[in-house]
Amino acid sequence: MMTILQTANSASFVRRRLDPLGVVVTAVAVAGLFLPFVIFKANRIVPGEGVPLWAALPVWAAIAALVGLGSVLVIAMLRVRGELKLAASGAGLLAVVLLIGLAADTMSPQDDSLARIGIGAGSWLLILALALMLTDALSRLDPGPWTRIGSLAFAMVVFGAILGSGTLNELSILKEYGSRAPAFWQETRRHLELAFGSVLLATGIGVPVGIACHRFSAMRSGVLNLLNIVQTIPSIALFGILIAPLAWIAANVPGARTIGISGIGMAPAMVALTAYALLPVVANTLVGLTGLATTTVEAARGMGMTSGQRLWHVELPLAMPVILTGIRIILVQNIGLSTIAALIGGGGLGVFVFQGAGQTAIDLVLLGAAPTVALAFAAAVLLGSFIDLSAERART
Amino acid sequence: MSPLGLVLRLAGLVLLVWLVVQPTAFAGLLALFTRPGQPSVYNQGSLLALTISHLLIVASAIAASALLAVGLAIFVTRPFGVDFLPVSRALANIGQTFPPVAVLALCVPLLGFGTTPTLVALFLYGLLPIFENSLAGLSSVPPPVTEAAKGMGMKPMQRLIGVELPLSMPLMLAGLRLSTTIALSTAAIGSTVAAPTLGEVIIAGLQTGNTAFVVQGGVIVALLAVLIHEGFVALERSQRRRIGL
Repeated sequence: MMTILQTANSASFVRRRLDPLGVVVTAVAVAGLFLPFVIFKANRIVPGEGVPLWAALPVWAAIAALVGLGSVLVIAMLRVRGELKLAASGAGLLAVVLLIGLAADTMSPQDDSLARIGIGAGSWLLILALALMLTDALSRLDPGPWTRIGSLAFAMVVFGAILGSGTLNELSILKEYGSRAPAFWQETRRHLELAFGSVLLATGIGVPVGIACHRFSAMRSGVLNLLNIVQTIPSIALFGILIAPLAWIAANVPGARTIGISGIGMAPAMVALTAYALLPVVANTLVGLTGLATTTVEAARGMGMTSGQRLWHVELPLAMPVILTGIRIILVQNIGLSTIAALIGGGGLGVFVFQGAGQTAIDLVLLGAAPTVALAFAAAVLLGSFIDLSAERART
Repeated sequence: MSPLGLVLRLAGLVLLVWLVVQPTAFAGLLALFTRPGQPSVYNQGSLLALTISHLLIVASAIAASALLAVGLAIFVTRPFGVDFLPVSRALANIGQTFPPVAVLALCVPLLGFGTTPTLVALFLYGLLPIFENSLAGLSSVPPPVTEAAKGMGMKPMQRLIGVELPLSMPLMLAGLRLSTTIALSTAAIGSTVAAPTLGEVIIAGLQTGNTAFVVQGGVIVALLAVLIHEGFVALERSQRRRIGL
């Protein structure tokens, strides 16, 4: 009975109203159709000329693409179930990526190894429109933590399979990768070392400092003010200012140079990233501990737990969701900030970003920026799910 | 604000002005960081001009982001815009995972070198914190307050201007502060793509291996950011007092 009523209701809804977001999605996608789908460049640096979707693809593929996109957009504009919108936008995104690969294959001249096929503004708009639709459907469905982790893993496997299959190999960004694959993996490793290393250091220092701030209220405002000021200092300034003392330490402290401390390179980057990350960890540890119900802590005291036992078995587990929220913030922040390390010789994916900006080679910038964004996004999803899971555990 | 805090902030301001207007006064101190034969005071342009253009770039970009972001936040919290609320929340979250440098670098091939890509990157990245905080401010206005305003016969527009916006002002200012802090930092990096900002001093030092330039530029940029941040904090405090929090 209930379902019949709901179906009837939703049916009249469809007749009465369109989905306004779907109208925006459609407008963006249609604009994307009229802009270049791919860019043909005589070499990797020249601006190149845009090619629209129907000229870049074989006729059968262009027709299939237009029909497919049309049906996705119809689903976008109607008020239908979120699952259907999710499936349609997901399939649409997959199709756009595969079509870009097909267009690059079709457009690449056989005998010209200098020519490059870049992703055009139209493709970006199509991806943006479909990603908007996907995001909207996902946020309305409000999936649980395990579903989010599962979806992330699924998306990674699918994208990995596309990259592995070689479908996109004719694309300019993958040619940039092809000509510097060893450097790419080395800088990716360095990027991860910087981001995760600084987060580990900051957690190791920040959680005890936060606990101390909770216990001794006298040091609270001083520590928080200092860390607040550190976080306000622009990254390039902090990275730069640290060069002087670290160069001094390297020159004057015996053994410092052998453990890798020097004025430029990884050491100032690691110190700066750790300093930036301290405030969220300390503040969230403090907030998490302060926010606990006094009755809980009193009950633990009544059970005869020592101060250390209370902290370890009661207070920290209960404050864990808030502490993890701080760690999520710094992980996402430091994955992004690690790109700046390249400016002071610290390496990381920023190397490609700044090289690319210097040469106005957008695909080289993308080679550095795209993995950075993907890493930050994956870290945000994963830690967000862990936070929900630990909050569930703290409640039971 | 404690007397010590006030003295420290004033001292910071004096130091900043001194560093910018009369850089040669610090030549002796900065010489500690140079190698033989290197100049100790930045000599490739006027620090004052760089500071002014740094501030102008940040101010114009953030003013534009504030207009659009607050407008969008008002739109999605009205009855006719409510369909866009979930997606805009999610987008604001996802947008934060884009590092500002990536936004900056991606603007260069599209817009060329110079001030333009920096302005566009600052504008785009400035939208998120302001939007997120304005949204939080507007949606945290207690329903009894809006109901009371409705009962007094206020029209939707009057309620927005007379009640909702003033009540969400402290949070909006917090968003503005975050955006400005990030913009000051990203503008400094903008000098790698030839925007005339204080980052030039640091980059010049890094390129020539002259730590004195790096320290000089770094201290000026850091003081500027910290003082502007403190200014916003004071403004937020006075706004919060005004609405009785």
